[in-house]
Order: sequence, then structure tokens, then C-alpha cells
Amino acid sequence: MDDPLVIAGREFGSRVIMGTGGAANLSALERALLASGTELTTVAMRRADLGGGSGVLELLNRIGIEVLPNTAGCRTAAEAVLTAQLAREALGTHWVKLEVVADEDTLLPDPVELLDAAEQLVDQGFVVLAYTNDDPVLALRLEETGCAAVMPLGSPIGTGLGIRNPHNIEMIVSRASVPVVLDAGIGTASDAALAMELGCDAVLLATAVTRAQDPARMAAAMRAACEGGRLASQAGRIPRRFWAQASSPGRPMEQ
Amino acid sequence: MNITINGKPHEFAEGATLADALEQFGAPDRGVAVAVDGTVVSRGSWRATPLESGSVIEVLTAVQGG
Repeated sequence: MDDPLVIAGREFGSRVIMGTGGAANLSALERALLASGTELTTVAMRRADLGGGSGVLELLNRIGIEVLPNTAGCRTAAEAVLTAQLAREALGTHWVKLEVVADEDTLLPDPVELLDAAEQLVDQGFVVLAYTNDDPVLALRLEETGCAAVMPLGSPIGTGLGIRNPHNIEMIVSRASVPVVLDAGIGTASDAALAMELGCDAVLLATAVTRAQDPARMAAAMRAACEGGRLASQAGRIPRRFWAQASSPGRPMEQ
Repeated sequence: MNITINGKPHEFAEGATLADALEQFGAPDRGVAVAVDGTVVSRGSWRATPLESGSVIEVLTAVQGG
């Protein structure tokens, strides 16, 4: 595999991790997932009601995409830990996207509950991918607890406001020794490209694709943007200059 | 005895096990996990898990989201 994404020793050929929320229906989701090239996709856990599941698991199994359960909707460490344990039992994976949010308006991670949940889950043998604020201090603390990846937000979930603090993302990347996944806030392809240019190892997105007018086309755009941004990051961009610098020497005529 | 499953009250005969309750509730055969009073009970233990009146059962499955 050329330039794989490696999380907890596991290789992935795609640097796009997809969410499944917001899709109009399962066939639209399937087209978008296939167009994105993703190999790892997250699902939420909810109460099972009469009539069985939503069919999303069957879809992911059928098209060969690895399932990453998440703890979306959890507000406390206790709730997130129990949800992760139930996901492990239901889905047979000890990987979890840990999400502990503070309130409905911001959906921002609650740092105190998040760190507590991360510690408990790592102790219990989970591979924890932690959704976190764009806080370089908290990101490092999560890594020190044993998280397999840190996933800072670009902006609040579902806003499509892009990366509001690129410098913080660069600081997180520069000190991390686990993969950094830009999670939340991506609105369009240039946001995904920027995340990769800033040095992120992958992006996680859902709404930007599932609620786009043409989800499959936007998924293809995200895939291309990630690949472009990754190449640019590896290529090393030119330094920014204040004044112009001619690319050809002198002038055509001697003065 | 009264048992709460996914937030709703249910009535079961005395001596009912977790497996009995889940069968009566109509829980799907696959892709679900169950917690009783905040503790996960693995599928293999459902038949051997007695219920007490007032127990709170959560039955979760994967859905689109996040």
C-alpha cells in the first residue's frame, strides 16, 4: 500500500474517514461512500426499537468498509464508556470514536468528561480515536492517556465553517506522535485540502457530503482534495513573502 | 414485575430472565447489545441472567450518525 494511513498498527489506503449522519437514504449513502474511497466509516449507537436496525451495518459489511462505532450524543464520561462497551458487544470491534459533547448549541467536546472517558476506555483495552477541541494542550493530554488518534475539530459539528484556527491545528500536528484527524466543520473540498496541507493525517466528515446537493460528487471532491492536500504537504510549500519575487531574472531589454 | 426497556415500562412474570424479556420485547437477533442497570450483559449470558423488579434495560444497535 502506497502511503497508507496507519492507526494503532492498522493500515488504510484512504485518508477519508466518513460519517453516516444526514444521508437522505441508504442508497444515496452507499453511492457517496463508494465515491469517497473511504475504508473506515463511523456509525452511532441508539436504542433498538421493534423492527430491527437501520440497515447501515449491512450496507458497510456488503461494500467492505470497516465500521467505527462512535459515542455521538453522550454528555458524560459514564454514558460514553457504557455506549462504547455496548458498541463493542454489538459490533465486535474494540475501536471507538469517542465523542463527549457539552451542550446542544455548540456540540463542542467537554474536555473534562472527554479526558476521563478516554482514560477509562484505554484502560479497558479500547482503541480510542478522540474527537477533541482544537486545543493543543488537550490534544497532547489525550495522546498521553493512550488515545490511538486525536481528532480536533475545524469548527463546530455541522456548521461547514471550515478550519477556524489553522494555527492551532498546526500546533497539534507538530507535537503529535499519533495520527491527527481533522474532524468536524468541513464544508467543502478546499477545507479538506487545507487540513491535509496543515499536516493532518486524515479527515473525518459527514454532513459536507451527505447534505450536499450531489453527495456522491462532493464525496469524490473530498477524496481528490485529500489526495492533493497530502501531496502538497509532503512536497513542502514555498515560504510566504510580503513582496513579489519575479520568477525570471531581469527585464527583456537592457536599460 | 415491572421492567423498563429502552425507557418504556413492561410487565413480566416473576422469574423471567433477560432472554425472556428480550424475546417478548422483540429485540433483533443480531447487531444489538444489552445493558442491565448500567452493566453490559453479553449475549451468552442472557438466559442465565435473572431480572429483578425495577431493573432498567437498554438495548442498543448501530444507526446512521456521527
